[in-house]
Amino acid sequence: MREVNYRMFIFSGLAVLINALILRFSYLIAPGAELTLLGFGDLGSLGVNPGVSIRVLGILGLGGSVAPLFWKSGKYVSVSFFVTAFTAVGSIIVWAGIGSVFDIVGLLGLSLRLSTPIVLGAIAGLLCERTGVINIAIEGMMLTAACIGFTASLYVGNMWVGLFFAILSGGIIALLHAFLSVTMITDQIISGTVINILAVGLTGFIRRSFLLKARLSRTGILPIIAVPLFSRIPIVGKILFTNQPIVFMMMGLVIFVTVMLFNTRWGLRTRSIGEHPEAADTVGINVFSMRYLNVMLGGFVAGLAGAWFSLETTGSFDDLMTNGKGFIALAAMIFGKWHPVGAFMGGMIFGFSDALQIIFQIKDVPIPPQILWMLPYLITMVVLAGVIGKSTPPAADGAPYIKQ
Amino acid sequence: MKLFFEKIRTRVQFQELFIPFLSIATSLIIGAVIIWASGADVYKAYQGLLQGAFGKPRAIAETFVITTPYILSGLAVAFGFKCGLFNIGVEGQLYAGALSAAFIGYAVKGLPHFIHLPFALIGGIVAGSIWGAIPGYLKAKTGGHEVINTIMMNHIMIRLTDYLVKNPMLDQKASIPRTPYILESAYLPKIFPSFRLHWGFVLAICMVFLVYFVLFKTTLGFEIRTVGLNQNAARYAGMNVSRNFVIAMAISGGLAGCAGSGEVLGLNYNLPAAFISGYGFDAIAIALLAKSNPLGIIPSAILWAALRNGAGLMQIRAGISIDMINIIQAFVIMFIAAPRIVRWIYRIKAEKGKAGMILTRGWGK
Amino acid sequence: MQEEILSLRRIVKNFPGVCANDHIDFSLKKGEIHSLLGENGAGKTTLMNILYGLYTPDEGEIHISGLKVHIRTPADALSHGIGMVHQHFMLIPIMSVAENIILGKETKKRGLIDRKESERRIRELANRYHFDIDPGDLIKDLPIGTQQKVEILKALYREANILILDEPTSVLTPQEGLELFAILRSLKEEGKSIIFISHKLKEVLEISDNITVLRGGKVIGSVRPEDTSEQELARMMVGREVILKVKKGEMKKGKPVLTVKDLVVHDSRGVRAVDCISFTVNKGEIFGIAGVQGNGQSELVQALTGLIPYESGEILVDSTPIVGNNPREVTGLGTAHIPEDRQKYGLVLPYPLKNNLILCSYYERPYSAHGILDFSAISMRSADLMEEYDIKAPDINTTVETLSGGNQQKTVVARELARNNRLLIASQPTRGLDVGSIEYIHRRIIQVRDSGCGVLLISSELDEILSLTDTIGVIYKGTIIKTLGVKEATKEALGLLMAGIYE
Repeated sequence: MREVNYRMFIFSGLAVLINALILRFSYLIAPGAELTLLGFGDLGSLGVNPGVSIRVLGILGLGGSVAPLFWKSGKYVSVSFFVTAFTAVGSIIVWAGIGSVFDIVGLLGLSLRLSTPIVLGAIAGLLCERTGVINIAIEGMMLTAACIGFTASLYVGNMWVGLFFAILSGGIIALLHAFLSVTMITDQIISGTVINILAVGLTGFIRRSFLLKARLSRTGILPIIAVPLFSRIPIVGKILFTNQPIVFMMMGLVIFVTVMLFNTRWGLRTRSIGEHPEAADTVGINVFSMRYLNVMLGGFVAGLAGAWFSLETTGSFDDLMTNGKGFIALAAMIFGKWHPVGAFMGGMIFGFSDALQIIFQIKDVPIPPQILWMLPYLITMVVLAGVIGKSTPPAADGAPYIKQ
Repeated sequence: MKLFFEKIRTRVQFQELFIPFLSIATSLIIGAVIIWASGADVYKAYQGLLQGAFGKPRAIAETFVITTPYILSGLAVAFGFKCGLFNIGVEGQLYAGALSAAFIGYAVKGLPHFIHLPFALIGGIVAGSIWGAIPGYLKAKTGGHEVINTIMMNHIMIRLTDYLVKNPMLDQKASIPRTPYILESAYLPKIFPSFRLHWGFVLAICMVFLVYFVLFKTTLGFEIRTVGLNQNAARYAGMNVSRNFVIAMAISGGLAGCAGSGEVLGLNYNLPAAFISGYGFDAIAIALLAKSNPLGIIPSAILWAALRNGAGLMQIRAGISIDMINIIQAFVIMFIAAPRIVRWIYRIKAEKGKAGMILTRGWGK
Repeated sequence: MQEEILSLRRIVKNFPGVCANDHIDFSLKKGEIHSLLGENGAGKTTLMNILYGLYTPDEGEIHISGLKVHIRTPADALSHGIGMVHQHFMLIPIMSVAENIILGKETKKRGLIDRKESERRIRELANRYHFDIDPGDLIKDLPIGTQQKVEILKALYREANILILDEPTSVLTPQEGLELFAILRSLKEEGKSIIFISHKLKEVLEISDNITVLRGGKVIGSVRPEDTSEQELARMMVGREVILKVKKGEMKKGKPVLTVKDLVVHDSRGVRAVDCISFTVNKGEIFGIAGVQGNGQSELVQALTGLIPYESGEILVDSTPIVGNNPREVTGLGTAHIPEDRQKYGLVLPYPLKNNLILCSYYERPYSAHGILDFSAISMRSADLMEEYDIKAPDINTTVETLSGGNQQKTVVARELARNNRLLIASQPTRGLDVGSIEYIHRRIIQVRDSGCGVLLISSELDEILSLTDTIGVIYKGTIIKTLGVKEATKEALGLLMAGIYE
């Protein structure tokens, strides 16, 4: 057995406790209870005996929380955390679905969709932060874009035009952030907060002065597109290849930004500015213009995220409809270690918990809705507490670059 | 006039006071432009604003009613700033205080006034302290940035309050979802019989001086300010940085909790589920405007309260939505936070290199 | 034979409160090594930053090969064939050698960076100058001497004809310094022109073809090394006769005041920076730790002063063991610490002088009682200290940020030495200071030693070690590989030890 420090001890204790509770809980389910049907879309459903399956999960969980103590692997905490999370969530799903169908495919598809604004927000954030500019104004950028995109779509009568304006407005707000942070050397967190406040005021103003008085109050939402051939693949086809356009763009951006960041000239320069702006300056790179560029690009992506809210989900615009997702996106970015793929994983975690909460409400699971609503935010805090390993930002993140 | 500007241009101390004034003035000008562009009457609008805030004794009292939580929450944010912490969680901490004060106010029976009221107040302060100390602790132990954690705590507390007020703390006989009314023995009394202004206002002013004393006259304050200015030197001097983070956030949260308690114990006498304060972001503006100096919080809070109070009349007189105030306020914050812009507009020369308040230390430890 | 390749004319650069460059003329001939000599703060780095486009001059002109040029950014400088190797390397630690070198001048293939081609070119260039460098290595894993070679390669990769080197030997052992000189000479033979910035008299005399001395932002004169001497150069640099060797009496050695046994300290990445180090400092003795930066000195000092914890081993101050990770534990036992980075650790720049002077004792009487500060006591003490330690400032309420480097260091020294101490730990105490301040601090350190304290001095300046210390321990890769008395030590012997060469 390897040497155990107190942190591991606490985690293993917690994990064992949770899994033991799950095991105990499994005995509370009457043996004659109806089966839970786990729906797998076109493949049909799998019926599982709730008591037995939760028992199995509990035992697996106990094993998973204790076993890493005997490995040499350093990722002890992550492993036991993920195992326990899996068994806990699995148990809840099985329990919630007793006597009915719990659509797993639907759950995953919904998770992907709900993760979209977060992944996009995280990518927007990392585009800025990789050049060393902290951006907590993602919330404000998303909100403004949602409003402007919707307004444009309403007045022009074309949602794609609305989408264009949403992206554009994200970029313009980002320009303000860049101006304040890079040129005026304002504290970047204050500058971000200013933009968030401005966004609330601006969008509220637009909504009350124009939108509420308009004839129509809703536009349609962007259509669901099914990729030919690929969408026929069982399970995966429904989840990955049948989606609205912004979801596809999100997945594309994850791949695209990864390639660009680590294989192009732009990517190398961006990363160098975020690590050591003086070094970049001394080889002739224009730190200021690259920061402006990247912050604007981040703004465009944030604008896309904003459009998701009004044009792809509800077809309307409500006050504060972004609801803190911009900050959750920041947590996803940190969790993902400032890497687009990491951001995707982080976003999926939140999307999943969000989706779970919605499905539980639909299924009338006897947990108060407010508690379920809290879930994504609690998870953000847990993630941020570095439960899952340490996360190092770009070295010069947040430090304004002052030339003599 | 030119000579006046020349004087300003060169005297640095003058600048420190004058720039905030210019910031406010410029924001009002921009606001005027937007109002004019949207087709409304600028004169009527600003006249309504001024009258709404200070026109009649009732208006003035009402402005001070709003000033009370503004002072306390502004102090909360400013205190955090002094330790280098950005406490955006004032909203949540305020709710925690309100919840706690309401609970002690209606649930604890049979206490005389001079015990019940302080008990409720202190209960609110402690609740806010705890809610603030948690992100402080997380920052100290894990390096988790307080900006995100406090915002998350806000969301959690809002939903928690909603749940609690609609379920265990619900007054079953009420027509809207709210807690029961607090007992009279827990009331914060009014200062004048005919106005809503209550003794919480005086309490707030006292807190200003208390905070000033703690920050500048005690060893605790010295430590907190040192940690805020240079963590490394603080460590070198033997100060416990983590402990100071937690204490600063606890005090900050306590002040916010006091604001919430004041609202419940002095104004509403209950906590409705629809309780929305929105003081959180305003508090940030007030703290920035006062440059985190406790004494400066008072005029800063009065200004902000005047804007909020007058907005209602402005809307009636000139037909402009209240969001206009938000926009003006956002500009004020922007100019305060980036004094360079104001300097640039009015061509006021600064000492080279002085860039304004820099709080950012990035995300990690 | 030699044409003028670079000419700086009447360059003026002002910073708030000080004129860094005062109508400076500087001329560089093709194929010569021209040194720019001056003490810290004389304006050398400022001038070169102007040449390299990092600063813009307030007045003056730059001519290259007879043509007037405008250099506004480093990109301009690079396009004119000027390359610079900075004192603090401009390298990105988490990236590879190749990425650092090609940054800004990347080779592309179909829009993406061509890694193979870049590495091939770098290998070719490195071989030409006999640099042993692997393009794939990460900078943070390379020793400092090699990192410097990467910096040089960066300039050569861009075909620089004029090379500026800013205090290049400050991070090298004497042997590596000789290696560097050999490289410079071979570059000279290729026709490159070199500007060598330094404040070290001996090496300037050795390597230069021409020497220009700066003092207080002005050019004092240009001489050829054969026409001058160390004493003469020192006088030009400082403006008066300089005592090149500090006066020191015999050591009166007492009991051990600091005992370190098998100490192990990890750095921030978890790597063993201090590896089972053992040494003893006695009362009345100045024990110097000599070594190239990066061999664990910083971590050693931080562990000894309680800033970071230590893994294993023993630290005894006057036979009391130290638990560690608590600065007050150590100061409570009578230890003073002059940190190597005064602005980061030693001072709170926005605070007034008086706050900085009681920074470590504010919680004790008479400065505070029951948690409340006593400002009259603080002010009185500060005024006394300001006078005693000759800190030049308007008054005790002056913000420390506005003080000069020398006065800032004097503030730290005043605060530390004003306590009742048994042990003084001084880490790079004279780094970046003018000669006057250096002399003052050296005198104070000897005073402390003569009063019966033990002194642990960590310095990368061999001259400082040789002139101040009684005993020298050479640190290499986290451990003391040899201890010798100062009388037996020579620069060459120390140099070999610092490079890790010992029997």
